[in-house]
Amino acid sequence: MSSEKIDVRYVAELARIALTDEEVDRFGEQLGDLLAHVNALAELDTNAVPATAQVIESRNVTREDSVRPGLEREVVLAQAPSRQGAFFRVPRIIAE
Amino acid sequence: MVELLGAQIARGVNAREVSAREVAEAFLARAVAVDGRVGAYLTLLAERARAAAARVAARVAAGEQLPLAGVPVAVKDNMCLEGTRTTCGSRILEGWIAPYTATAVARLIEAGAVPIGKTNLDEFAMGSSCENSALGVTRNPYDLERVPGGSSGGSAAAVAAREAAIGLGSDTGGSIREPGAFCNLVGFKPTYGRVSRYGLIAFASSLDQIGPLTRSVEDAALAYDVMSGFDPMDATSIDRPVEPAATGLRTDIGGLRIGLVRQFDTQGLGEEIDEAYDRAYHDLQALGAELVDVTLPTADYGLATYYLIAPAECSSNLARFDGVRYGLRVDGADVREMYDRTRAAGFGPEVKRRILIGTYALSSGYYDAYYVRAQKARTLIARDFDAAFAQCDLIACPAASSPAFRFNAKSDPYSMYLMDYYTIPMSLAGLPALSVPCGWVTPDGGSAPMPLGLQLCAPLFGERLLLGAAHAYERLTRHADAHKPALGEVAPT
Repeated sequence: MSSEKIDVRYVAELARIALTDEEVDRFGEQLGDLLAHVNALAELDTNAVPATAQVIESRNVTREDSVRPGLEREVVLAQAPSRQGAFFRVPRIIAE
Repeated sequence: MVELLGAQIARGVNAREVSAREVAEAFLARAVAVDGRVGAYLTLLAERARAAAARVAARVAAGEQLPLAGVPVAVKDNMCLEGTRTTCGSRILEGWIAPYTATAVARLIEAGAVPIGKTNLDEFAMGSSCENSALGVTRNPYDLERVPGGSSGGSAAAVAAREAAIGLGSDTGGSIREPGAFCNLVGFKPTYGRVSRYGLIAFASSLDQIGPLTRSVEDAALAYDVMSGFDPMDATSIDRPVEPAATGLRTDIGGLRIGLVRQFDTQGLGEEIDEAYDRAYHDLQALGAELVDVTLPTADYGLATYYLIAPAECSSNLARFDGVRYGLRVDGADVREMYDRTRAAGFGPEVKRRILIGTYALSSGYYDAYYVRAQKARTLIARDFDAAFAQCDLIACPAASSPAFRFNAKSDPYSMYLMDYYTIPMSLAGLPALSVPCGWVTPDGGSAPMPLGLQLCAPLFGERLLLGAAHAYERLTRHADAHKPALGEVAPT
């Protein structure tokens, strides 16, 4: 496991969160502390151990591909921050 | 009226000795009288409660017997109730109205429960004190200068302050059990997958589980019986019959082998608290249980494992809050800037920290070193429990690393994470576990006695044994009855 400093600005870009300079410093320090703690996992010999994603044995769940009622379109659109007719309206996605 | 337990209210309403309407009015009046000081509720549902009580009254008048007839419930505000504000304690969902109802909540209402209000929580259920809520402060009814625990602190405070008979919480790493311990309640997390998560706004999907906070084990069992069972709307809900727990709860623990986890003794909780837990273990023995030493060698790595897995899942789950379809939007020149600004303004510091650590743990180059390694450690922790349960029927240990602490006492994030040292291993293994009141201490110069919680844990699907043993312990010790909440004036700060 690495102990290098987290590039908080880069991770925040991946996470789509704008951070202030003050937050970059503070979170950088706090996340560094946390990583120092979680690095203790390197002490465990996990080479021959399978990963557990979820503890309860479960199988893939499928159902008939049949039409069933969902939420009404107006109900879904009613809480859109911005809409245009039957669409969610968002700022420009593709540059001119 | 507000001193009645859920089971007593249901019996009274079913027998028509008291009407659901009278019960609802009594609890609404109590909430109006004390919640200014407690701060349990983010939204009080007075009209909705009256309408629900009227429906219960009509059903009872028509001859129906309902397991939770007229029982007032407080619902954590990360669970959807159609037509009500559901905020997760976050600015990003501050004005959001749920368009549907969570399965667990719908089942409670169908069984006669009356929703009194939506309760405060640490933002998106991330925290152990309720201090991470962006929308309000919740105080511990046993000492208003202390936190109620978290993240289900609002539901715990509501039940402790007699503003509801049953509280609904969600537990990812201890978020029902720890506030239960802090507020002198039974806090019960069922086996992962036993209660549908449909309509519970996701934090860490492989860990999240809904459960009750109550003033008796019987009430916890009643709520569990109603809420549990397969739900086709949750692909992780378990399709396997549920053994009802509330009827025929055992009244003795004679002959049960209860495992004490030896390495947990080294945590240094302080002499007074260590003694209180020693007394609790001694009581278990005096009541006929056989105490056996067990080891969970990997449990010490629980926190490290949890603080990779839970943030990784949260970073993925919370990606949906992007300002497009619902919730807060802060405009930007393009969609990317809109995302960045919306999430910067909408999430509080703890949520940002967890999203960042999760994003990092899942990012290219670190995925195997952090996330996969944590998932392997999770396997080892689950195996430890398997081995321990070969030697014992139940495991007993503290439910939290301290009694309720004062506001702002845990300013360093990691010191807050340590509160869940004892509850996280069970969560990682998916096991059913609960906290039951086991004694009182007067911590760090305080004047009010504060409750302690004993955590009991059973093998997967061992809810009936777990609740039965807790019921017997509760009946024979009655620690919860020793003190009542002190809802005096808030001291000036």
